[in-house]
Amino acid sequence: MDSILKTQRDIGIVGYGSYVPRYRLPAAAIAEVWKGRVDQAVLPVREKSVPGPDEDTVTMAIEAGQNALCRAGVSPQQIRAVWVGSESHPYAVKPSGTIVAEALGITPNVNAADFEFACKAGTEAMQAAFGFVGSGMGDYALAVAVDTAQGRPGDALEYTAAAGGAAFVIGPAEQSVAILEASYSYVTDTPDFFRRAHQLYPEHGHRFTGEPAYFHHIIQAARRLLDGLGRQPSDYAAAVFHQPNSKFPQKVAQELGFCNEQIRAGLLAPHIGNTYAGASPLGLTAVLDEAQPGQRILMVSFGSGAGSDAMSFIVSEHIEARRRLAPLTRMYLQREKTVNYTQYARWRKKIVLH
Amino acid sequence: MGIPRNWRLRNQRYRLVGSQCPQCQNLFFPPRQVCPHCYNSELSEFVFSGKGSVYSFTVLYQTTPKFEFQIPYIVALIDLNEGPRITAQLTDVDAEEVRIGMPVEMVVRKISEENERGLIHYGYKFRPIAFPESE
Repeated sequence: MDSILKTQRDIGIVGYGSYVPRYRLPAAAIAEVWKGRVDQAVLPVREKSVPGPDEDTVTMAIEAGQNALCRAGVSPQQIRAVWVGSESHPYAVKPSGTIVAEALGITPNVNAADFEFACKAGTEAMQAAFGFVGSGMGDYALAVAVDTAQGRPGDALEYTAAAGGAAFVIGPAEQSVAILEASYSYVTDTPDFFRRAHQLYPEHGHRFTGEPAYFHHIIQAARRLLDGLGRQPSDYAAAVFHQPNSKFPQKVAQELGFCNEQIRAGLLAPHIGNTYAGASPLGLTAVLDEAQPGQRILMVSFGSGAGSDAMSFIVSEHIEARRRLAPLTRMYLQREKTVNYTQYARWRKKIVLH
Repeated sequence: MGIPRNWRLRNQRYRLVGSQCPQCQNLFFPPRQVCPHCYNSELSEFVFSGKGSVYSFTVLYQTTPKFEFQIPYIVALIDLNEGPRITAQLTDVDAEEVRIGMPVEMVVRKISEENERGLIHYGYKFRPIAFPESE
């Protein structure tokens, strides 16, 4: 059975935009507080992005969405769906999508909803947008992948839990900067990481998050999509994998047969940490910032719980003119100001007052 | 700010939607119902670009509980490029970096929270132009 996903009409990414907060916390600063020493060899990233005290998933989604709309050149009133994927929606009940849609001038003729699937909530929103536009229900949909990730103080995840994300205007192929060839989703019940209701921080299965979760799902999703399309890793100029740290995406790329040069442009975790739902989509924006017409790009997300979405794109001739219409992702990466652990702890509400 | 007021002001606060007098072309933010210059009561909607410059500013260290999470913060008078002067917080900038006349751009940020259970208020703040090279 052909399990790869193809749309009824040809579609793609008409506009894309990114956002990364200005602030950075070095991983060494966390190690100094919780370990009393810094062993650079075991730090999972160099530094991570930290949202300012007035930033959250909604504010970051708005700026990424503005950038995506600028590149798309589409009137906000033409957008028929706004779907925000995140595991850090500010409200437990009240959609982020309505605030984002209102702030971007998209309301009221629009469907808005929030997606949740740990770190693949964003690509899930993209998959839904592919189906929505690909079936002809609407010409354009905005899929947003953004997180302000939570990490328990002192936990391994605190070193990487970061903030940032990307937004994509999905629309007709003839207007797209990257045309979707096909996608694929691979999902099983694998409880490697979870956060119960009313809990501030997630729990995780330590080493269990690796082989049966991250590696198995990404490898299966990537291989099945490539097999379905009859492609090899060498057919791709670039590949982006979910990046919870610096090591995992490099290892999974190697296992799948991709070389370092193919993952270079989209590997952002060493500089900004793990932006959870934003991670692989943000990597895709960095790849699109450098991409040339005719090149193929593979993106494979991973969300705990667990599943992976794999997507194959071909870059179109529209990329050259369109990418200059909004800030490049590396410009956000370079806009950095280092904060200390105390400032970060206060902003992220890790100091509890009784 | 109560729920109805937050809802009523959302377009002003998210997108700087003001008004313009079609007779004398004057622009207003916040929007007015009647032009104070020519008394025309048929004003039209005007969306400001969000670009402006700092006219003056001050740094707040003492504030009400709703704003304590961001102390110290900067409140500025912003001259919008289209004319009106408005009051807004500055963000993504330290007090010692702010200069009178500094070009700024609008961003949507969290202004305040009612409390742990209440509404989150989003609205405009201004930051130094993030990427002047792409202006």
